[in-house]
Amino acid sequence: MKPIRYLLIALILVWAGPALAEVNVEKVVSPRGLTAWLVRDETVPVTAIQFEFKGGGAGHDPMGREGTAQLLAATMDEGAGPYDSMAFRKELADQSISLGFSAGRDSFSGSVYTLNRYRDKAVDLLRLSLTEPRFDEEPVNRIRAQMTTSLRGQQTDPSSRAGELMFETIFDGHDYARPTEGTEDSLAAVTVNDLQAFRRAVLTKDRLFIGVVGSITPEELGPILDSAFGGLPDRGETDATPDFDGAVPPGIKVVDMDVPQSTVLFAQKGIALDDPRYYTAMVLNHALGGGGFGSLLTDEIRVERGLVYSVYSFLHPMDHAALLRGGAGTANETVGEVVSLIRDAFRKVKEEGLSIDRIDDAKTYLTGSFPLRFTNSSRIADQLVAMQVYGFPIDYFETRNERIESVTAEDVNALAAELLDPDGLLFVIAGRPAGL
Amino acid sequence: MSSFQRVALMGLLFVLPIAIGPAAVQAKVFDAKQTVLDNGLQVVVVENHRAPVVTQMVWYKVGAMDEPPGKSGLAHFLEHLMFKGTPSHPAGEFSAILSRNGGEENAFTSQDYTAYFQSVASDRLELVMTLEADRMANLDIDATHFEPEKKVILEERSMRIDNEPGSILSEQAGSAFYRNHPYAIPVIGWRHEIEALTLEDAQAFYRRFYAPNNAILVVSGDVAAPDVFDMAKRIYGPIPARDLPDRPVETEPPLLTQAVVSYADPRVTTPSLSIRKQAPGWAESRNDPDAASERYALQVLSQIVGGGPTGILYRRLVIDRGLAVSAGAWYDGSNRGPSSFGFYITPKDGVSPDEAETALRQEIETILRDGIGKDAVERAIVRLQDAAATAMDSLSGPARTLGSSLAIGMTVDDVESWPDRIGAVTVEAVNDAAHKIFSDPGEVETRLLPKPEAEAPKS
Repeated sequence: MKPIRYLLIALILVWAGPALAEVNVEKVVSPRGLTAWLVRDETVPVTAIQFEFKGGGAGHDPMGREGTAQLLAATMDEGAGPYDSMAFRKELADQSISLGFSAGRDSFSGSVYTLNRYRDKAVDLLRLSLTEPRFDEEPVNRIRAQMTTSLRGQQTDPSSRAGELMFETIFDGHDYARPTEGTEDSLAAVTVNDLQAFRRAVLTKDRLFIGVVGSITPEELGPILDSAFGGLPDRGETDATPDFDGAVPPGIKVVDMDVPQSTVLFAQKGIALDDPRYYTAMVLNHALGGGGFGSLLTDEIRVERGLVYSVYSFLHPMDHAALLRGGAGTANETVGEVVSLIRDAFRKVKEEGLSIDRIDDAKTYLTGSFPLRFTNSSRIADQLVAMQVYGFPIDYFETRNERIESVTAEDVNALAAELLDPDGLLFVIAGRPAGL
Repeated sequence: MSSFQRVALMGLLFVLPIAIGPAAVQAKVFDAKQTVLDNGLQVVVVENHRAPVVTQMVWYKVGAMDEPPGKSGLAHFLEHLMFKGTPSHPAGEFSAILSRNGGEENAFTSQDYTAYFQSVASDRLELVMTLEADRMANLDIDATHFEPEKKVILEERSMRIDNEPGSILSEQAGSAFYRNHPYAIPVIGWRHEIEALTLEDAQAFYRRFYAPNNAILVVSGDVAAPDVFDMAKRIYGPIPARDLPDRPVETEPPLLTQAVVSYADPRVTTPSLSIRKQAPGWAESRNDPDAASERYALQVLSQIVGGGPTGILYRRLVIDRGLAVSAGAWYDGSNRGPSSFGFYITPKDGVSPDEAETALRQEIETILRDGIGKDAVERAIVRLQDAAATAMDSLSGPARTLGSSLAIGMTVDDVESWPDRIGAVTVEAVNDAAHKIFSDPGEVETRLLPKPEAEAPKS
């Protein structure tokens, strides 16, 4: 029973705000004019480079050839310059270099992680994969077959099916309704010419943002930037995806699937990243369904009633639309109840607001957990890229918590009253739901 | 997604050898400091001053394999109930206090251990220690929370197993592979046994196994080891040790037969196969130097045979012969009990499961016939050591590696010297291990197969 004495310490411990990580972000401009944001860190002898081509995602896929961006991302590291696929992979493996690309709805990204003793080789392989990928027949067909297998798997996966239908329903007629992974037919139609054309038109310097973390000086980094990225075209095709001006259609859609547990997804209008109330929305979302234990949705649906293992909400800002989304998994028989409880929670917060305690707890979580993002090189580099893509200032790390602290309970509840739309929620359910 | 998801580790997390430790020429992997409190609590500290944050992990040396017969899922159920309060911190308060302080938390259960952790600003270490020590000694589950939490766990089982045909097959195949050892029973538990678990079962299990002398405290982050030792002594030190039950050491008899465990489901769109053979785990290698060196040799071997796109099986079956969309191998030698070495293949369109199986077996034969060369062994060793050289580029990674290793009976020195032991693996040892394991006729083959929708009898 002795430990109880110490518990009093916990209860009287007053929030004082944690020390912020001292993260010094430097802007590095290469001899040839390329810019990267750098955080130097000597913890481990590595260099992590993350980069993004903003507005360079699947929106550029030719019509009927959806999946082009993702096939490109998966094949640029399958042979380049003098190295065929096996030779390129062997170079990476023998030097323990991680190098890869990915394509999303809005952007095309890449990353390199290497021990410093292999850094020259890593930069060379990055340069080759960006500017001289080979797209030999064997690897392109092999990767295409792997993607096709994965697409087929998604056809019987409740989360994939529900997510797909959600985007088709909301963005009917807009680019965002097109599947970023493509379909079996559209993937089959993608040619090597499509891959090369996409690369030349979209992977260009005018939309490139780079973040670097590791044991590296600005003097060392400059020439590396030129070597890796200097050969890219200066300008490329603009992002032609229009802003989405439609509304989320309310209602319930079901994908019939023979599974014991239904996957429930929901969405309504969200809030854009450049909206001044974005930080208010972060606090609102965290208290509503963003924080695991302690969120209203988890309290009501998991802890009180045991209806789900997981229920959550999140803000999903994209370049041309913004959603407030969420999800849950529950037995088919209890889907109706869970849907009602989610609506009720939205209605309650909209009409009555959140308690001061919930709002304060959300704020101190969001500020207090911020230093946890600075514990690994790639993750910090990712944030350096995001800051540039979003147009944040270089001292953002120092000011970010102030932005959250300045959010008031009145701000949060005013936004809740305006934004939350219990009757406008779209639910997409994959399973054999009952009680709807 | 968040600090929230509890993971019932199905052993899959350690499909790859745990990458720990820098190249042999470097200093110790983590330079971990350790002490043992009078009540038996082992305390391990890894200093990492990169950011002003810290991870605390408490590992209990009790997992699903320690459950009484008929009580499958109990260890994992108790893990959930550990969030349901003490007299001084009622249900939910631990998480609420932690969250308010910007902390993230998680917990997971495996066959071998149960672990709880928090990551938080380093000036809050005392707070999380106080909360964790409280529930080590004073768990007092309010009965009203028991039934709702059982429903949560049944939903978790639906999500992880019943909604995933591959997990259904793995669960069934586990029972075919282990005939004697409790690893035959799934961590999350059989549904009918979870449904029958009682609050008394959980309380008894807690009293039996949750004690400082059955636990390891690992702290990693922006701290000084002497300060952590003092704090641990003050906060965890007063918790009395318990008499721990003698635990039977179950071993697995030789697997002499060949079994095929096959599962067809309309949700399967692409067939896949695996072949699993017996291999030594940590327990067997602990007192047997031959088994110990074989274990390290198998880690190198699995890297050469199955390590990603440059592994032999991927190269031969996917690239050269074009028969598969993926192929590889795994070795999971990091457990308290017996272990296995496995091969897998996912055939390409138009290649039947039988053809895929034949091709996979041909390649295994070829590896045995041609042997593994010196160059391949040297490169694999460098790759494993390189992976270890970046182990400190993480806050919780070191705590996880140390905790999971110590919880199965390794020492800190075993962990710190891992790169040296990998570096000492010889070409002969790799080939000997391949011959011994691959030539063993005993095995369990699994087949995950599509099934036309019309034939599906189950609802």
